[in-house]
Amino acid sequence: MNIFVDSAAPLLSALGTTVMMAVIAGVAALVLGTVVTAARISPIPVLRGIAFAYVQFFVNVPLLVLLILAVFALPDAGLLLPLTPTAIIVLALYEAAYVAEAIRSGVNTVGSGQIEASRALGFTLVQTLRLVVVPQALRAAVQPIGNVMIALTMNTALAAAVGVVELTAEANKLNLVEAQPILIFTVAGLIYMALALVIGLSAGRIEKRVAIKR
Amino acid sequence: MTREFDPKAATVAPSSTGTGTAMVQLTDVQKHFGSHHVLKDVTLSIAPREVVVVVGPSGSGKSTLCRCINRLETITSGTIAVDGVELPAEGKALARLRAEVGMVFQSFNLFAHRTILDNVTLAPMKVLGVSRSQARSEGLALLDRVGIADKADRFPAQLSGGQQQRAAIARALAMKPKVMLFDEPTSALDPEMVSEVLDVMTSLASEGLTMVVVTHEMGFARRAADRVIFMDDGRIVEQSSPATFFDNAASPRAQAFLSKILPH
Repeated sequence: MNIFVDSAAPLLSALGTTVMMAVIAGVAALVLGTVVTAARISPIPVLRGIAFAYVQFFVNVPLLVLLILAVFALPDAGLLLPLTPTAIIVLALYEAAYVAEAIRSGVNTVGSGQIEASRALGFTLVQTLRLVVVPQALRAAVQPIGNVMIALTMNTALAAAVGVVELTAEANKLNLVEAQPILIFTVAGLIYMALALVIGLSAGRIEKRVAIKR
Repeated sequence: MTREFDPKAATVAPSSTGTGTAMVQLTDVQKHFGSHHVLKDVTLSIAPREVVVVVGPSGSGKSTLCRCINRLETITSGTIAVDGVELPAEGKALARLRAEVGMVFQSFNLFAHRTILDNVTLAPMKVLGVSRSQARSEGLALLDRVGIADKADRFPAQLSGGQQQRAAIARALAMKPKVMLFDEPTSALDPEMVSEVLDVMTSLASEGLTMVVVTHEMGFARRAADRVIFMDDGRIVEQSSPATFFDNAASPRAQAFLSKILPH
């Protein structure tokens, strides 16, 4: 176990990078995903079309391809960003598509009758979404969104492939020195599991707390 | 004043109307669902304080007629005006007009994530800009009036169907609507809960609220209606006072309809 004690500092720093990427990209994906869903269910055909295309694009292109394109192609186009922010932005854009699908499934649980009642009371479309649809859709989407957040956290590992020094990259570095892949990657895997567990349990608690009383 | 008033309707409209300006005016309304012609040449004038009950076999277009009045359904041609204002296209103006037209649905459609009191206060606060304290005190008074003040802090799913429908009526009344639309308000209720909802509606009718009620409850029509409208196959076939309609229906179709339902 000595090898972990000796390299504790870089490992912890790498874990910090992983968590930071997951948190920032997660929050951004939540916000963007909600906006995409709103566009997806809006009465404006152009917005619906753009949102549909957005989701289809990001769901159907592998994340690794997107990361490599962003890291190598964007600088060619004159967009220079440090590696980690680039990876966070790509992760957020990518996972937002999945968040949007999770929220949309939540929207479908809100009965059309409630939407009609809201319109009949004189609420505008925006008020109907904000006061009636979204609060209920988000409640129904807590668990699916939790799963997306777990996937996002796991997907931060792909950033290692484009040079971000997060947990997987650091584990790999350590392995190059120590040559103990089974031990090192088992520990890294356990850390990822612990992160997933925290997210999953949190989602469960949130779901219980916001549940509609029946 | 200049609006032409259906003479047949005028004879049974309450005498208190006076002015002759219709609260709801449908003129030559046509409505298609695809190739299906659901409303045919519907012209109807409803006076202020008048209670109009719409009856007819299922599929006759009576629910569609009700839903067209606040434009939950759009019409193919013709005009609909509420209190002299023609229904605007979708947007802010339509939302404003809908705020003046209460609607009660077959399936209650209460907001599931809000308490009963919140259901009642939400629209007055967000649409009319009423203060929270005023909305709450008026909302509690309305819940008391429909007999469920003790359920104010419950959620819709914790109430019986009859209680939910009464809450839905209170929610619509909270907007102080000029006219209330009831779209088969008791059709989804267990039989023992029908009367508690009809009692509320009967008392509203006697207080002079303008009401359009689509229902199969013939007892309510007889008791509370100023005018009964019989629809069949998308047309208004007959309209008369409840006494005339139930005892002396003129058209064979209305007679056939009544002979099927009245023995029960």
